[in-house]
Amino acid sequence: MPMIEHGGKSFEVDEEGYLVNLADWDENVAAYLAQEEKVEMSQSHWEVVNFLREYYGEYQIAPAIRVLTKAVAKKLGPDKGNNKYLYELFPYGPAKQACKIAGLPKPTGCI
Amino acid sequence: MAAPKFEVPKLSDTAYTDVPKIQEGSMSHIKSFIAPQAPQEFLGYPWELADDWKERAIDRMGQLLGKYRSLRVFMDACVHCGACTDKCHYYLGSADPKNMPVARQELMRKVYRRYFTLPGKIAPWLVGAEDLTKDTLDQWYSYYHQCSECRRCSVFCPYGIDTAEITMAGREILNHVGMGQKYSNEILGKVQKIGNNLGLPGPALEDTLLGLEEDIEADTGVAVKMPLDVQGAEILLVTPSADFFSEPHVESLIGYAKVFHAAGASWTLSSHASEAGNFGLFNGNYETMRTVAMRIRDAALELGVKRIVVGECGHAWRVAYAFWNTLTGIGYGGNDPFSIEMQKQLDPRYKQPMHICEYTWDLIQKGVLKFDKSLNDHRTITFHDSCNVARGSRMGDEPGGQFTIPRNIIKAVANNFHDMAAETIGESTFCCGGGGGVLTDDLIELRVKGALPRMNAYNAVAKEEGVNFLALICAICKAQFTKVVPFYGFDMSQVGGVHQLVSTAIKLED
Repeated sequence: MPMIEHGGKSFEVDEEGYLVNLADWDENVAAYLAQEEKVEMSQSHWEVVNFLREYYGEYQIAPAIRVLTKAVAKKLGPDKGNNKYLYELFPYGPAKQACKIAGLPKPTGCI
Repeated sequence: MAAPKFEVPKLSDTAYTDVPKIQEGSMSHIKSFIAPQAPQEFLGYPWELADDWKERAIDRMGQLLGKYRSLRVFMDACVHCGACTDKCHYYLGSADPKNMPVARQELMRKVYRRYFTLPGKIAPWLVGAEDLTKDTLDQWYSYYHQCSECRRCSVFCPYGIDTAEITMAGREILNHVGMGQKYSNEILGKVQKIGNNLGLPGPALEDTLLGLEEDIEADTGVAVKMPLDVQGAEILLVTPSADFFSEPHVESLIGYAKVFHAAGASWTLSSHASEAGNFGLFNGNYETMRTVAMRIRDAALELGVKRIVVGECGHAWRVAYAFWNTLTGIGYGGNDPFSIEMQKQLDPRYKQPMHICEYTWDLIQKGVLKFDKSLNDHRTITFHDSCNVARGSRMGDEPGGQFTIPRNIIKAVANNFHDMAAETIGESTFCCGGGGGVLTDDLIELRVKGALPRMNAYNAVAKEEGVNFLALICAICKAQFTKVVPFYGFDMSQVGGVHQLVSTAIKLED
């Protein structure tokens, strides 16, 4: 699988660009992954990414969309706690694109 | 992820999809990611081609031909009449002639003739028999992952050849030589290790369900519960794990919970069997399908439930309806001690298993559920028959119940319903384009092109009747359409579940 050199660090990603080792993640790696996704990271993007990592740390899976929208509503205001806003931040879908930037494995299934 | 580089097919002016002029090799570049070592090893398959791959492939093909007489009949019976050629959504959407079912099957049939028929052994050039080469194997990998096992072609085949079975055999042989598909095989690992296709561990499931209970109460003022692992509950609900995780799937889960609440039912979900789906079917491996199905029997025995109800999942219902009794003794037929125990435990007054639509429709007919249909007035609804439900199972006691019952539910909870063109629904329904183990990002081109016939039919009712909601009873259909309708100019919020409509209109009491 491809090894990436970025910001003086090297890390491995899989064929779809997901980080292979969770422990390799840092903000520099996230910046690289976001750039690959053509996502410009704002404070709101970081709030989502940080929540995903926190949740993953506790439950070993990314949060369900409902759980995520509720958390976003708490942190960024009720008008932003919805699927539409998350798609504005992460156009390819919050579950997959935001997880990728957060360095989490790709959620797969019938989703 | 970079924007996909392919041309999205153009919608036609009618509900029908014109048969395209063939474009040889237009989809030959399609190659789903190959499964790496870990999932292959877990499933007991190699993960790379060994020197003896050809012998292994022929050997496995021989075993399958011996085990499934149907496969041998399907290999022998085709007369190349061409009735199937324009019936496949992938051919209609991609124009690649190898996606005509007859041509896709021919990839295996020519090898079958060479190694398993006398004329093919002695005079292969006379009967179109060919050696199995690496090039053919690669074509198998490509094109057996460009079939969603939807069986539409089989409806039109005068011999009733089941293309899906040939695809399944192709995938099993590919797995056997070390060319598994990453998407399906990782899922088959997760469902066995964690309990569901998503890999949602028990604590995450519990947290998610608690959150949903809060949401429903905030929304309705009624404390509707989502019980988990309740010993002695009457009903076990098994549903696709996407129902816990994704939009719009979760809206249907909320719908089931409201129905159970309104009926005063004692019910539970199981963390051990937190998945109805069974990708063992897609892979054509009976043992895997059985292992995955056994989780549900184990959970039912452990919890002591009297009924098993299956949520909105197309292939799960086919496995439950058509295979569970012989796979696991749920229903009728199993005569091992556990099956006998299971039969004593399950309530014989009810269908075992029962589809959630049968459950809800039964309650509607008995007058147990009350609705305010006007709450769905912002929607004009059509219903997409899921392939595995339409062509692989039934609901209710009447022929065609799998077509009428979901529609009856919709009409009971909403005022505006219009069917799509007759040739595109019911038994002739088109696949969503993402079924049978191809619902993965690395096959997005295939998924978008394969959705064309359904999109044409939907577009016609959207234009003529103002339809703005595509109602579904399958997790794969929901995920697939949510992803692909925007390619055709529709908003993803037009996609949802039948029980999402139930959820909108149902009247609840404390």
